Amino acid sequence: MGRYLIRRLLQFIPVFFGATLLIFIMVWAIPGDPIAALAGDRVLPEQVVQQIRDRYNLDDPLIVQYGKYMGGVFQGDFGEDFRGRPVTDLLGQRLPITVRLALLAFGFEVVLGIIAGILAGVRKGGFVDNLVLISTLVVIAIPIFVLGFLAQLLLGVRFGWFPVSGVQHGLYSYLLPAMVLGSVSLAYIARLTRTSLIENLRADYVRTATAKGLSRRRVVGIHTFRNSMIPVVTFLAIDLGSLMGGAIITETIFNIPGLGRAVFEGVQRQEGTVVVGIVTFLVLVYMMANLLVDVLYAVLDPRIRYE
Amino acid sequence: MATTLSRDAVAGRPVDPAAPLLVVEDLHVEFRIEAGTVRAVNGLSYTLRRGETVAILGESGSGKSVSAQAVMGIIDSPPGFVTGGSVRFRGVELLDLSEADRRRVRGDRIAMIFQDALTALNPVFPVGWQIAEMFRMHRGVPRKEAREKAIELMERVKIPSARTRAGSYPHEFSGGMRQRVMIAMALSLDPEILIADEPTTALDVTVQAQIMALLAELQQQTGMGLILITHDLGVVAEVADQVVVMYAGREVEKGPSLPVYHRPAHPYTLGLMDSLPRRDVHTERLRPIKGSPPDLLAIPPGCPFRPRCPYARDICAAEEPPLAAVTSEHVSACHFWEEVSRERAGA
Repeated sequence: MGRYLIRRLLQFIPVFFGATLLIFIMVWAIPGDPIAALAGDRVLPEQVVQQIRDRYNLDDPLIVQYGKYMGGVFQGDFGEDFRGRPVTDLLGQRLPITVRLALLAFGFEVVLGIIAGILAGVRKGGFVDNLVLISTLVVIAIPIFVLGFLAQLLLGVRFGWFPVSGVQHGLYSYLLPAMVLGSVSLAYIARLTRTSLIENLRADYVRTATAKGLSRRRVVGIHTFRNSMIPVVTFLAIDLGSLMGGAIITETIFNIPGLGRAVFEGVQRQEGTVVVGIVTFLVLVYMMANLLVDVLYAVLDPRIRYE
Repeated sequence: MATTLSRDAVAGRPVDPAAPLLVVEDLHVEFRIEAGTVRAVNGLSYTLRRGETVAILGESGSGKSVSAQAVMGIIDSPPGFVTGGSVRFRGVELLDLSEADRRRVRGDRIAMIFQDALTALNPVFPVGWQIAEMFRMHRGVPRKEAREKAIELMERVKIPSARTRAGSYPHEFSGGMRQRVMIAMALSLDPEILIADEPTTALDVTVQAQIMALLAELQQQTGMGLILITHDLGVVAEVADQVVVMYAGREVEKGPSLPVYHRPAHPYTLGLMDSLPRRDVHTERLRPIKGSPPDLLAIPPGCPFRPRCPYARDICAAEEPPLAAVTSEHVSACHFWEEVSRERAGA
């Protein structure tokens, strides 16, 4: 396991450089002049423009810019935006918001998704099973922005159960956005759990567990559950990685100043350092999540060995 | 200990001291599936006594495994239903018990081992844990103590360095060792009956002999009754006291194993013998039984073996043969059993 971990961590290096370089290139390939956009309708004096260009190394060849930027990253300097604010500050400000939203959404989808999946799976073809199958299909079929606006309109505006937007009401204001954000994954988790459980209930070891005189609850809850969770956990860890990346649509609908919004605004303003800085961070988070999946996999399924 | 260990009652009902260990009578099991009703077991009867072995012999699909699962009460229902007959364990009718009561009998009084121990053991739990679970769930034994008992059992079934191996997972064992784990698990609570569903089919020949020897030894020590489900006639001759030969869900021949083995009175049993290599009879080549078992959804009238039977005549298509007494203990469901049994009279 130790050697496997080291090998995996070494693999991080090319993935990290490859991903950041691609993002770097893409941001700089966005048409338009970011500095001209900065000034709006006015025309900036040549001198000022040059000053800004120098400061952000905009006149260097792309690869040199990238090299300079990476050099900074390794010293903990993710660059600054056009207002002179370090990107790390922005991260520090936006990340807790996204983490809060992501964890709430994650908790929501994991708990409800797995419970729904199990209830559906133990009685295949029953009422609960059909209910879960149909409702998850509806959730998967509806685009997230429709779902978001609908939830906001009904639960926020019409019934007034939840804050409509913003994060002024503490954790409470994250509830509705988290449910919207987690809904599609919830549907996938429920279906995945259901299928996996049904498949495992047919396995020989379930018959053995029954023949041992164990209760149905124990046969399903201990023997089958552990085996059924193997594919679900894979999905969960990767999903946690993408949740951490922020949710541009959900954050926009509910006006939540998280990472997703920060990236979106960065792209609009062509602030390369912001976009690359945040995305670099997200790439790291995602890779860690992936590694976590593989390690968890081996914990859940002893047949998997990493050498 | 949480539960009493008295063995004079089954799920709270007093046993009949005069009754045999297990009496199965006219057992019927069917599966109701979309395509129709599969009559998997059609009137099976046998008696198992303490310390004895009953072998149920047949091809796959003959209903032998299903009949064992009916005795255990582990048939998936739906689609499977026990539609008739009686299963009396020491005089107590098991089919009348509630599911909760049957569960107390399962694993504790009647245990079962399966063909392929790799798939029959849970892949994600250590084997020691899986054995210890028997003590923890049936007897309320604390975790640590249960683990010690599991290790003792693994030693008893001769798994080398049991203490260290208790933490290993099923896939880390060889086939033979896995089956030993299954046996240890089944025998953990000293069951009075062990049902072994093709326990050696998935194993190498040398390992098969070891497992059968182990089962025989354990049976001698405990006096348990053994129901051995197999398609291997050679095994039957060596270990069984009684044999029931099943075909298409019916019993076609039944009796003490030596007479059945040496002087079969049903063409199907005869066919099974000729399809096996034997040391005591010199044959030029093995003769497999031609054709395949009937579709259980549509068993033709008359004798179910008729299409494959070299002795078949007109009457076989019209009348299902009743069980005829060959001797007082040996019966055969064949119209021409006398003719069949003459076949081996000189052998």
